[in-house]
Amino acid sequence: MTSYPEDFKYTKDHEWIRFDGGEATVGITDFAQRQLGDIVFLELPEVGRRLAQGDVFGQIESVKAVSELFAPVSGEVLATNAALVSHPEAINKTPHESWILKLRPTAAREAAALLDAAGYAALVK
Amino acid sequence: MVEFGGWDMPVEYSGISDEHLVVRSRAGLFDVSHMGEIEIAGGDALGLVQWLTSNDASRLAVGQIQYSALTTPAGTFVDDVLVYRLGDDHYLLVVNAGSIEKDYAWIRQHAEKRGGDAAVVNTSTRYALVALQGPAAQAVLQTLTDIDLAGVKYYRFASGEVAGVRTTVSRTGYTGEDGFEVFAPPGQAERLWKALLDAGRGAGVQPCGLGARDTLRLEAAMRLCGSDMDESTTVLEAGLGWIVGWKKDGFLGAARLREQRERGVDRKLAPFEVKDRAIARRGHGVMLDGRPVGVVTSGTQTPFLKKAIGFARVPAGMAVLGQALMIDVRGRLVTAEVVPEPFYKRPGRTQA
Repeated sequence: MTSYPEDFKYTKDHEWIRFDGGEATVGITDFAQRQLGDIVFLELPEVGRRLAQGDVFGQIESVKAVSELFAPVSGEVLATNAALVSHPEAINKTPHESWILKLRPTAAREAAALLDAAGYAALVK
Repeated sequence: MVEFGGWDMPVEYSGISDEHLVVRSRAGLFDVSHMGEIEIAGGDALGLVQWLTSNDASRLAVGQIQYSALTTPAGTFVDDVLVYRLGDDHYLLVVNAGSIEKDYAWIRQHAEKRGGDAAVVNTSTRYALVALQGPAAQAVLQTLTDIDLAGVKYYRFASGEVAGVRTTVSRTGYTGEDGFEVFAPPGQAERLWKALLDAGRGAGVQPCGLGARDTLRLEAAMRLCGSDMDESTTVLEAGLGWIVGWKKDGFLGAARLREQRERGVDRKLAPFEVKDRAIARRGHGVMLDGRPVGVVTSGTQTPFLKKAIGFARVPAGMAVLGQALMIDVRGRLVTAEVVPEPFYKRPGRTQA
């Protein structure tokens, strides 16, 4: 049984977000990595790009399929995980430690609508 | 589970990459019962098989198998098949799951037209089929059978019991690895499956799904009928001239294929390797000067070679070794190169 960290928020698109001061760190959930299977490529945006909530910011590709990555909240891209782009298979091993993107959120109210761990666990049950 | 030709089938068990590597290093067990079987028997059985398929079935001894094409008059694919010679006047065709009814109707129709002595029976529901594939396959299977497997050479078969189940065992497969396919009565398939997994536990045998079956066959450059070729693709355009029996009397589509052999084909299936970091997948366009000139028919990232490879149907002039192909991967142009096939060849294998 997967445990979803209590200090993360989650989206219905199977991403996790950790808010830390003025920063939001984004990854995909254990459920998402299991659905995708062996992840082989990750395409990420330029640092500095401004994203609106729901914007496609990148693609994640497994042997099986390609999925789009959506901005969980609006914000400016602060950093992307270059090490993960080189070794995207790490997402399969440690999805909740494999951060993909860091954002500076620009619309604080959006966070309130995200799922908490219990809500997300119920969604993917 | 996915629905596939009316069957509920697992795409993966432990994961496509894991299963793929298990088959390359140890052995994997696949349930391929969805494959169809059509039997042809009678005095005109060989005549009918010769007329409907491209390869020369007269070269088959009893106990031998050949890869072949069920051809249209245009030399294109109704289906690709394995032809087993079960007896002097008795042949079994293993056909693709999605084409069983089509193939059966096609063969029946031509049998009636010929009016010869040949009974055609769709025996698909009489056989379950499991494939044990990988370097450990023979050792594992041998623990469950009295059949001398070392004596069953590539593309040969033998009958006998496996784990107490009456079977036909053939040294065939769709993975590019040594291995066997075991035909058994459906009622005993589960018992056979469990016995094979139990016997293989020490050797690291694992169950494998459709996903790994597809990445393995592609790495071995084995075509998938319906994707890499179809009723609009000739046997030569599919790069399968070696399954045409040029010396035999004639068959449906022979004239067209002979003409193509003389004149050359206009388009051809080209094996490619992607040079950029991307996977070219089925349906992606091969572009030239901003226009699509070809299409990817199969494409994946292969877990063993760790490369993105595939087949593309391109103008014949582009199907040459070293040719660069520009492929439109979701709006991004990526570079691929035409490479020799197979992409993967198992160590020590001498037979084509």
